[in-house]
Amino acid sequence: MCAVRGLTKTYPAVRGRRGVPATPEVRATDDVALDIGRGEIFGLLGPNGAGKSTLVRQMTGLMRPDSGSVEILGHDIVRHPERASRILAYLGQESSALDDLTVSLAAETTGRLRGLDARQARAERDAVLDELGLTALASRPLRKLSGGQRRLACFAAALVGERPLLVLDEPTTGMDPVARRAVWSAVDRRRAEHGTTVLLVTHNVIEAETVLDRVAVLDRGRVIACDTPNGLKEQVAGEVRVELVWREAAPLHVPEVAALRDRTVESGRRWTLRLAPEEARTVVATVTGGAAFAALDDFTLATPSLEDVYLALGGAVRQGLVKA
Amino acid sequence: MSVVPAGALPAGVLTAEEAAPPRPAALGPRARLWPSLAAVYRAQLSRARVARIPLLFVATFQSVGIMILMRGVVDGGGEARAVVAGSSVLVVAFVALNLLAQYFGQLRASGGLDHYATLPVPPAAVVLGAAGAYASFTVPGTVVTAVFGCVLYGLPLAHLWILAAVIPLAGAALAGLGAALGLLAPRPELATLLGQLGMSAALLLGVLPPERMPEIVRLARDLLPSTYGVEAFARTFAPHPDWAHVLADLAVCGVVGVISLAVATWAYRRAAVR
Ligand SMILES: Nc1ncnc2c1ncn2[C@@H]1O[C@H](COP(=O)(O)OP(=O)(O)OP(=O)(O)O)[C@@H](O)[C@H]1O
Ligand SMILES: [Mg+2]
Repeated sequence: MCAVRGLTKTYPAVRGRRGVPATPEVRATDDVALDIGRGEIFGLLGPNGAGKSTLVRQMTGLMRPDSGSVEILGHDIVRHPERASRILAYLGQESSALDDLTVSLAAETTGRLRGLDARQARAERDAVLDELGLTALASRPLRKLSGGQRRLACFAAALVGERPLLVLDEPTTGMDPVARRAVWSAVDRRRAEHGTTVLLVTHNVIEAETVLDRVAVLDRGRVIACDTPNGLKEQVAGEVRVELVWREAAPLHVPEVAALRDRTVESGRRWTLRLAPEEARTVVATVTGGAAFAALDDFTLATPSLEDVYLALGGAVRQGLVKA
Repeated sequence: MSVVPAGALPAGVLTAEEAAPPRPAALGPRARLWPSLAAVYRAQLSRARVARIPLLFVATFQSVGIMILMRGVVDGGGEARAVVAGSSVLVVAFVALNLLAQYFGQLRASGGLDHYATLPVPPAAVVLGAAGAYASFTVPGTVVTAVFGCVLYGLPLAHLWILAAVIPLAGAALAGLGAALGLLAPRPELATLLGQLGMSAALLLGVLPPERMPEIVRLARDLLPSTYGVEAFARTFAPHPDWAHVLADLAVCGVVGVISLAVATWAYRRAAVR
């Protein structure tokens, strides 16, 4: 369905001007190769600035890569970027083109610009707004909606005028669970009825775990892993996540606790450790008995989630055990 | 480099190899020029209504204010006609040139052009639709300004219908210029600045009577696209308007409009794919 080979893109360095600091050259996409099958929900997961948006912008014909190829349904998108618009629907991270329109007009106009005639566009608009529970907001301008509602309205616009491939750049940012569920059931329905393929950008690991068939983890422009969520989890299966929450500060006067400190990801009172099961048992025994227990508020012990994979693969960006 | 394990797919999902079509799949429909132009026009007009009404008031008050100020300086004759015509077209310049340059500058900077660039819509439809909507949005302000000016300076109201030609033609020329400036400016602040400058030029060169200006300014005036619209409009205030000249001025205005919209369309194409 979609094949990417050797895709590379470097943003040029920008010389500093007064008040604007210089930025160095950034290799935002670095020799990326991907294969996405028909009907798959394929995820791109990675921290901020990993190059997810840059990658999908090249795959949607919005940006010309420095080198490499993108082929979607047999069409060469690098050579014919204009064909992308007739194959896929794209939901970008920005909504500024639709902001001043009402929800209903945004969806209808997008449908018309996707080649529907007036009657079809109105019918599909009504169906999509109804499906996503947006009918009550139909006559409100996007600018006056909450962040999550606005995102949902943009998603609605992306669905009007069916396409075999949906490219969604963080579609559920800011949405509540109800809106999220509406998004995923809309996606599922299209997949079941038309075999729609979805390329999804996210850094929400929980979402990634529940909705994606396969996921590529991106770090500084490179794909550092690509597998099913379960397959990825197996890569860190030997580890257990231990979370310790201290009442106030960590009891660093206890030598066993102090020794753990440089293997910990600290966030306020919360310490997160990734350990071998044997070690984890020892740690739990240490903190639940003896001098440390008085300072302990709560602790959890969990098998790895996709979040742990993400953190473990995240390489230099964070500490944590790289065990892939 | 990536690792793509075959056979790791969940059941029921085809692998890339199986799905690879022997020949390119059929493309979705293209949006045709006129329907998509109409859709963009409608959307932009509603946008303008929601967000830009206060600015239309500003534009109108500005022109009315200028005419009141100039009342003390000029009294009747050709100068008065030039002031009224220039002030009316200034409303068009404010909205079509200044606001459209700002709009496209911001749209480009915020990534909003991506929305249009990933829809199969002809670039001309996006540019013409937006330009047309901004130009029509100026109609009430322009008419109010013209009527007020005629009353203030005692000019005949008989030929105000000429505005039906002046607004679209001057509007096309100015909106094309504004869109091109907004799309070509490397930064949105610069787009705003260029739009403002363009409007100041329309103000200085269009409203102030040319007879009092030095040669070089008169040359600049001849290069400004709105000038011919102003001239055509001003001529219709004469007791016996010279219709041939009016038509010639409007024709020039139309040609400039076509050119400036073509440049804007080219600028859009250039801005949409980076
Ligand atoms: N227009 C640009 N000019 C220069 N550098 C850029 C530009 N856009 C992005 N970058 C840089 O390229 C890298 C990748 O950016 P990108 O927007 O693709 O990240 P992302 O993975 O989508 O992040 P996020 O999760 O925050 O959306 C970052 O280091 C970013 O600073
Ligand atoms: Mg992004």
